[in-house]
Amino acid sequence: MHERDGHYNQTLYNGRSDYDHQGETMRYIRPLSIEDAVGELAKAVGPAAILAGGSDLLVRMKGGFIEPELIVDIKAIGGLADIAETADGFRIGAAVPCAVLGENKALKQAWPGVVEAANLIGSKQVQGRCTITGNLCNASPAADSVPALVAAAAQAVVAGPSGKRTIAVETVPTGPGRTSLAKGEMIEAILLDKRPEHAGDAYLRFIPRTEMDIAVVSAGVNLTLDEKGAIKTARVALGAAAPTVLLVEEAGQVLIGSKLDEETLERLAKICSGACRPIDDKRGTIEFRRKVAGVLAQRAATTAYKRAGGK
Amino acid sequence: MNFDPRYSGRNFSSVGTRPIRPDGVDKVTGRARYGADFNMAGQLVGRVLRSPHAHAVIKSIDTSKAEKLAGVKAVITAKDLPDLTDGDAAMYDILDNSMARKKALYDGHAVAAVAAIDARTARQALKLIEIDYEVLPHVTDVDEAAHHHAPLINDQVFTEGLEEKPAKPSNVTKRTQFGHGDVHKGFAEADFIVERSFKTEQTHQGYIEPHACVASVNPDGTAELWVCTQGHFVYRQHCAQLLGLEASKLRVTSSEIGGGFGGKTHVWAEPVALALSRKAGRPVKLVMTRDEVFRASGPTSATSIDVKIGARKDGTITAAEATLRYSCGPYAGSWAEIGAMTAFACYKLENVKTVGYEVLVNRPKTAAYRAPSAPMAAFAVESAVDELAKELGMDAVDFRIKNAAQEGTRSSYGPVYGPIGIGPTLEAVKSHPHMKAPLKANQGRGMACGFWFNFGGQTCTDLNIGMDGTVSLAVGTVDVGGSRASLSLVAAEELGIDYSNVKAIVADTSSLGYNDMTDGSRGTFSSSMATISAARNAIKILKDRAAQMWDIPVEDVTWEKGHAIAKGEKYGNLSPLSLKDIAAKSGTTGGPIAGHSELVADGAGVSFATHICDIEVDPETGATRVIRYTVVQDAGKAVHPTYVEGQYQGGAAQGIGWALNEEYIYGKDGRLQNAGFLDYRIPVCSDLPMIDTQILEIPNPNHPYGVRGVGETSIVPPLAAIANAVSNAVGVRMTHIPMSPPRILAALEAEREG
Repeated sequence: MHERDGHYNQTLYNGRSDYDHQGETMRYIRPLSIEDAVGELAKAVGPAAILAGGSDLLVRMKGGFIEPELIVDIKAIGGLADIAETADGFRIGAAVPCAVLGENKALKQAWPGVVEAANLIGSKQVQGRCTITGNLCNASPAADSVPALVAAAAQAVVAGPSGKRTIAVETVPTGPGRTSLAKGEMIEAILLDKRPEHAGDAYLRFIPRTEMDIAVVSAGVNLTLDEKGAIKTARVALGAAAPTVLLVEEAGQVLIGSKLDEETLERLAKICSGACRPIDDKRGTIEFRRKVAGVLAQRAATTAYKRAGGK
Repeated sequence: MNFDPRYSGRNFSSVGTRPIRPDGVDKVTGRARYGADFNMAGQLVGRVLRSPHAHAVIKSIDTSKAEKLAGVKAVITAKDLPDLTDGDAAMYDILDNSMARKKALYDGHAVAAVAAIDARTARQALKLIEIDYEVLPHVTDVDEAAHHHAPLINDQVFTEGLEEKPAKPSNVTKRTQFGHGDVHKGFAEADFIVERSFKTEQTHQGYIEPHACVASVNPDGTAELWVCTQGHFVYRQHCAQLLGLEASKLRVTSSEIGGGFGGKTHVWAEPVALALSRKAGRPVKLVMTRDEVFRASGPTSATSIDVKIGARKDGTITAAEATLRYSCGPYAGSWAEIGAMTAFACYKLENVKTVGYEVLVNRPKTAAYRAPSAPMAAFAVESAVDELAKELGMDAVDFRIKNAAQEGTRSSYGPVYGPIGIGPTLEAVKSHPHMKAPLKANQGRGMACGFWFNFGGQTCTDLNIGMDGTVSLAVGTVDVGGSRASLSLVAAEELGIDYSNVKAIVADTSSLGYNDMTDGSRGTFSSSMATISAARNAIKILKDRAAQMWDIPVEDVTWEKGHAIAKGEKYGNLSPLSLKDIAAKSGTTGGPIAGHSELVADGAGVSFATHICDIEVDPETGATRVIRYTVVQDAGKAVHPTYVEGQYQGGAAQGIGWALNEEYIYGKDGRLQNAGFLDYRIPVCSDLPMIDTQILEIPNPNHPYGVRGVGETSIVPPLAAIANAVSNAVGVRMTHIPMSPPRILAALEAEREG
């Protein structure tokens, strides 16, 4: 593991024979505790970056978009590479690769939508490195795992110079590439609740290809049903539809009490299309994103409903 | 003895077999050396500074700060590449494109370059170069650029090919026209007429290997260049001319090539690397990033095409007309001209007229992309042909069969065809099982035809026979699609020895006479002709040596199946001498045995293909999935059928990407928005079905084995075949490529709203 990370570090300036090593301009550290990591981040003078999987960071460094002076590799911090099943649910360490989520049977059974979202990021190789915490902190409105986490009402445990706090994941990104984390703060884990009976979640994204792409628009839906199969609670989140992932509370409201009849689905699509504040860009048009946000919300709701045992 | 290139109808023993590829082990083990894999002691890292503006006057460049940075060994601007082109406008454009002289003409245009001891220093140095730009209005859309109000890219350009010389400059550099008959009369005879306008967006070849080279210029006027290219002799000519070097003193070695598809037929950064090396006095390695490849190499044209076709009730086309506008980037090209030539080449037409307009835009200089210009013209024409068949109530295949060109047809671009494959590919498609495969809801089937000229050209080859009886073949056409395997098969066939005893290499520019580059599907066609000629010359010497060994007149020696045979009963006791026997004695019978050949390979047979495609469309999102795909194409003679199938599949795969998702997207600021493989969407493996192929062999009469080029035609029909399939699936005619999900969904919504 250590050797491999050393290789990543070298890739920056020394991966090719024609690159001279210029180590003194960038400091790479691998702390063993959260306190050390937070301490180093807090006292960093220049730009600092956290390295877990590196699937965003290294690409951006190689492209010359950022030149951090400090890189804090968090993979050696105890517990950060683990998924723990607790009395309250699941605690997913900040350095757990997405592929590991897909191999955790209990998590997959409880939160299939979150896991399928995490396992759509990049390619198989990327999934072996990337993390949902990194996906969240990269703060892209198109991040695949974030709408699923928001729909799941996931929480983030934030460690900082003044201690720890737990916040809703949707409060982390504040705009493309920006987060609410203060200097010296980092997320150490994502928390997911224990599932009641008759619960299901689902995530769908639209990409023009079959894989290795970024969501043009996406939807995450999380439902619980009552004894009769009617929807008891519902959360709907949309990705790539606004500067941050959107929690569409009205869309959740419209589902409650229903059994996903045609009319409810129509209303769901309309609300989701209306809630979008998308842009025209290289990946899609405003009209396209609006329309497809509604379609994906319908389809994700249908899958979540089936997973919850609804008929 | 003069070389006779005519088709002889012989039986083959090596040609047509499928041995494993000679470059395979190197490539799968990572040993193959691509452009960036060559290194020299003391080499510097070259990097290029590129314009962020689509159109801007370069008022001044201050490189002084960059020059003072420790580790920087050379900084160059256009001043370091003085104009030696002597009135050659095309060469001047290449020079200006390598390094902008007065104006930056597109986002990504090179404006300066540095050579430094490492990449980081080079990157820092680029940031220290200060450029004062005067930003000008720009135009990137082909139709807007052709408009007379558009910002002028070059005020010295006056449209050529008009009856009267225009008074005002224009972004339209040239008008060309092809055809025969009288289209007005033809349309008057038509019972049905289809008239439509089409657009295609700009695409890139998408080769995986970026442009890369190592340049080393010595103080004595000699220089070497190791480079990833489709034509090292052409690179030598161009670089020598631009740098003021003697061609014989610039030795260019081509590396393995990780895809070219036409994009590596043109120098981009190579003159810059040589100029940096000359100034720094050290070798310089220059490797483009992916971003640079997209922004500053040569994608294909964006187009705007109007088509009108008329037919009688019986299905006979009475007239066909097309107006084609192709973007050239900021420099003159002949892209619309090629489109105008190929547009109706599949059909037998009494009245046909095509007009092409070459249009300058603030985008990178257009380069060849696999059958350049033909896919877009085929998209427009084959879409209209399909629509016309529907109006007539005729089957799309039958309608094409009825109007297909045949031997003796005068083509729409002039020449009269010899034996050709358009009819046979259509008949093969008609009876192909794909046409009967069931379609489900939201699925549609489309088919389309395509044509490509194929080229021959200058070729020079050496065949050397070792004393152990093995043969090395040195060719000057870069192997972009398996030519080393196919040329080894041809040498083995002609000499009558086993394929395993032949090893082909691509020789450098100092080792062989001039060779045209590997374009126009000419690699195997022309170099196999030269290989056959070289082998026949070697056989002459082999027979001579056998005669010496037997001490009989050479007239009594024949060559059969790799052996010299003494003819006639009087030599009954002489057993045949194998090539190996003769080679072993060569040291005492006159020295090394070799065959040489230099020729212009004429008569590259034209090539036709017909494709079938099934597409499923999600009507709620506009998403598409290719369900089935079949390529039927005439190969003349498939020398190595596996490679031929690979070419068929590769062209279809690229065509699928082009048809469905690939496009250059420019912002309002004239900057390219998607200069990377994330947002420039070439298909990934899971996007493609198994692409089925059927090889037809209609011998080319102008090649000893009947070979035709096979590399390019396969990308001509896909845009149209897929557009026809999508249109059949959703019931709306798609007229804008790529048919990305937002475009399909918008077309469906427009249809629903009536």
